[in-house]
Parts: sequence; C-alpha cells; structure tokens
Amino acid sequence: MEQLYQQLIIDHAKDPHGKGLAEPYAAESFQVNPTCGDEVRLRVHLRDDGTVERVSWAGQGCSISQASTSVMSELVEGRPVAEVEGLGEDFRALLHTRGEGLDEAAEDRLGDATAFTGVGRYPARIKCALLGWMALRDALVQAGVASTTTEEA
Amino acid sequence: MTTTLDPRAAAEPARLSASELAAVRADFPLLRRTVRGGRPLVYLDSAATSQKPEVVVDAELDFYTVRNAAVHRGAHQLAEEATDAYESARAEVAALVGAAPDEIVWTTNATAGINLVAYAMSNATAGRGGAAARRFALAPGDEIVVTEAEHHANLVPWQELAARTGATLRWLEVADDGRVRTEQLADVVTDRTRVLAFAHVSNVTGAVADVAAFVARAREVGALTVLDACQSVPHLPVDLHALGVDFAVFSGHKMYGPTGVGALYGRRELLEALPPVTTGGSMVEVVTMEATTYAPPPQRFEAGSMMVAQAVGMGAAARYLRDLGMAAVAAHEAEVTRLLLDAVHDVPGVRLIGPAEARDRLALVSFVVDGVHAHDVGQVLDDAGVAVRVGHHCAQPLHRRFGVAATARASAGVYTTAEDVAVFAAALRTVRPFFGLGGES
Repeated sequence: MEQLYQQLIIDHAKDPHGKGLAEPYAAESFQVNPTCGDEVRLRVHLRDDGTVERVSWAGQGCSISQASTSVMSELVEGRPVAEVEGLGEDFRALLHTRGEGLDEAAEDRLGDATAFTGVGRYPARIKCALLGWMALRDALVQAGVASTTTEEA
Repeated sequence: MTTTLDPRAAAEPARLSASELAAVRADFPLLRRTVRGGRPLVYLDSAATSQKPEVVVDAELDFYTVRNAAVHRGAHQLAEEATDAYESARAEVAALVGAAPDEIVWTTNATAGINLVAYAMSNATAGRGGAAARRFALAPGDEIVVTEAEHHANLVPWQELAARTGATLRWLEVADDGRVRTEQLADVVTDRTRVLAFAHVSNVTGAVADVAAFVARAREVGALTVLDACQSVPHLPVDLHALGVDFAVFSGHKMYGPTGVGALYGRRELLEALPPVTTGGSMVEVVTMEATTYAPPPQRFEAGSMMVAQAVGMGAAARYLRDLGMAAVAAHEAEVTRLLLDAVHDVPGVRLIGPAEARDRLALVSFVVDGVHAHDVGQVLDDAGVAVRVGHHCAQPLHRRFGVAATARASAGVYTTAEDVAVFAAALRTVRPFFGLGGES
C-alpha cells in the first residue's frame, strides 16, 4: 500500500497546487466520478502564444484524485498545449501498466507524476487519478485548442 | 409445498452457537480465500452483495447438470422437473417472507421490481388494465411519498413516474440520528398520497423503519405501500402479510442467492388488478392478431425466458436461511451490531452516520474518518484484508443530508464473527496515522 500512497501523493493531497478557481480563463470543465461522488471543476488559463499558462481548480475527493490534480497542475504550467496532451497520454499509459511503469524517456517527461505508478495495481483507483486529467483535456477541447477529441476512461 | 411458519414463533435457539457459526462459515467456500498478499479475508460488504453458500452454488449447478429445460411448456419429463424446480423455488422464497407463492414475481433484481410497479402504474394511467387497474392510475394533484433515506432504486423510479403522470413527489426527512422522521407521516402523507415507498432497513444508516406506522398512515389515506426489503430479508424475520404492505421487493444476491434474480411481492388482489409491463411470450392467455388476454399473476409479469437457474438458486438460499432460522440469524447479527458500533465509537476521529444505539438497527455501519476520504479509508482497510464499501452507496440525497460526499460502510452477514470486527477495528485505528493525522480528531 505504501507503493500506492507515496509520500509525494500524501503531501500533495494535504497541500494541493493550483487549488482555487482563478479568472480570467479560456475554458472550464466539471467532471465527476459517479462511483464515489468525487468532483473537480477545472479552468485552463492560456497564453496568447498557445501555451498553458496554468490551471486552477476546485473540488473534493480522495487523496489520489486531489494529489493527481495537484501534480498535474504543476506539471503542465507554461507548456505548449500539444505537449500537455502528450503528457496526458503518457499518464494514462502509466496507469495502465499495472504498476510496472513506462520507459525512462516517458518517466522523465512525467516527472513527479510517476509517483502514481502504483495506482495501476488498483484498477478501482485509476479513475481517481485521471479525474483532473479528464477535466483538463475537456477544458482544452472546449477552448478549441486540443488536437484530439478522443475519449478514454 | 412446505408450511409457512412465522420464524419468530418457531422454537429456535436465541442465537448461533460458536460451533453453529463455524459451521455456517464452512458453508461459504469463498470465506476461505486470502487477499492482498495472504491476509485472511474479512468480508464486511454483505450489504452490497453477500457471499454464497455451497448449497446455492450446487442448486444452480444441479439445475444445469440434470434438470435444465424450458419451464411451463413441453410435455417431457425434463420440462416437468425444471418447472417443478422453478416453482418450488418460488414457494421457498414465499415461505421465507410470509407470502403465498403466487404473490411472488421473479424479477432480475429489486430495482426491476420497483420499476415494474412504477411502470405498471404508468400503464394504468394510460388506461391499460381496464376498470380494475384504475386504482393504480395517477393524475396531476396526486402525490407519491418516499423518504430522504432511500436507495436511488426506490427514488428515481418514483421521480420518473411522477414526471410521466404529473403527480408530485414528496418525502419524509431524516433526523440527525439517521432515522426517518416518522412523525412527519401525518403531515406529508395526505389524502392526495397514492404511493408510500420506503426502505425496511436503510442501506446507509442500518436503521429499521417503523413499518407499522407507515402502513397505518397509508391505510388511513388509501395509499399503496411499497417496501424496499433488500436489507431486511437477509437479516431479519420478515412476514410480509403481518407487516401489511402492498408491495415489496428484495434481491437474491443480498440474501446469499445468485445475482440476476430478485423478487417482487404483491398482495394477490393487487397483482391481479395490475396491468403487465413487459409483454410477449409466456405471459399470455389468448393471442390473436388484434388483441391479447393475459395470464394471471405471477406469470403475467414474467414475460420471455426467465432466469430459471438463478431463481432455483434463490430458492436454495431461502431454504438455507429458513433452516438456520431467521430468529437465530437476527440474534447473531444483533451481537455483531453492538460490536461494530463499539468499534466505530472507540476509534478517535471516526464519526458514525446513523443511529448510535443497537436498537432497531442492523449490523451495517457507515462512517466518516476526519481528514481522510472514504476511498482512502477503504484502501487502508483493504490492505488489512478488510472489505468494506466506500462511496455514496446509491444514496446521494442522504449523504447530502449529512454534508458528506462519501462514507465507508462495514456491513455484516450471518457469517460475520467477533474476530472479523476486531480485525476491522484494529485496521480502522491505523487509518488516520497512515495519512499523518493524529489519533485524536
């Protein structure tokens, strides 16, 4: 279980990054996890050059969902939208490795988000870790800047 | 057919002895397995679904192995034996709940049973079922009453029925101790009330409803009562005739039977007047190209090929419970209730959602741990081999009432032991420290 709840996750859950909705914003997404009632409202703030300035969010949920949204907020700050989408794909892939992890290059890209590798061993928690990422992708689609609109749980 | 005895009247031991409990546990093969790296399983999620005794698994296996045939048709020996197994199972289930066999309709689950009643009322509203069914028709101005404690299965179908018919949905509130505010019956249930739907036992608070008060008020105003008995039938002696409700539903899988099968009980005269919902084969009398007459209940409500093997399994589960004796089952679980309440009460930073006293409540405790989300609570307990439910337990309004999005719920079954509760209590103590929170709230 310590593999699941890395110290980094517990720390982010206690003191989350990006929490608190900010203005102005390019788009907003509201996502719920119907099995547990967890919810996140996330806003994406874009720069004129098409990079993600930051995300801001509000919500309630388990430590995995809160920490994952927090780590994501740190990770995507100042990055081009295409890169953010790539990180989202990397993160989804990471969670579906059943705890095995990805190659070194992908893990380098994900940085602190690799702390969620252990979530892949607990299929019921994968949705928790993805809640914020789903909201971010949806917000990017709504903002009209996402290159892909494919849906994935 | 077997004789229907009130289980409370039968000469039975007050509770299961230690050796009887050990024998019960031996009946459930799954309880022997380990989880999460070799830990013994402590299964405290029976309110979500119960484990199955060998006799239930064997009954399904036996049906498929030597008795399988289409029921209620065919003149061959297998068809006779299959039909007999199917109808005997119905009689077993009826006997468990103090009903007559022809008052029991097989449904896929309890949710389907409630929807059956709600859609039959819609059909009556549309004029189906003739004059006899007019008593089920709803119109604007009519009211349907539920409680704030209902499982979504006993709320959403009534919201939908109200929306289809123009009727108004009202509800009784829940008090701070988790019990339904029965004193509101006099104000909320009025001459306009046509349906009063409520849970016998809340799947979140474990509180047992004062059925007599509900039924008495419904009768005063001429409303139909619909009882969600999912959480009571596996754990308490239930006599539907004595309770006096008009309809009741319960599921097989929560009473140690298979998934995919449940039962709808209806008083005979009501089922006879109720129009069908799902129509097609097996539920008819005479079919012409222009029109059809329908079979009497319960067949009228069992269109198409039914879940015969599962029904046979549910019958075996009912037999199993009757052999144990529901009074003994309830007495054993009452002891577990006290242990669970003590466990939750004794751990710092843990708050119970539901009645704190063991009276009129079952061995099902929902709680929140200060500073730790229910999902995380469940994960820590799981690491100790303890299986509990986390989330809103399909009762979002009730959780909203208590200002929480989710709770953890430990729920017992006939096989739950004091040792199970002790392992649960010890694991619960580790939750807040694991997340770096103090032992005190």
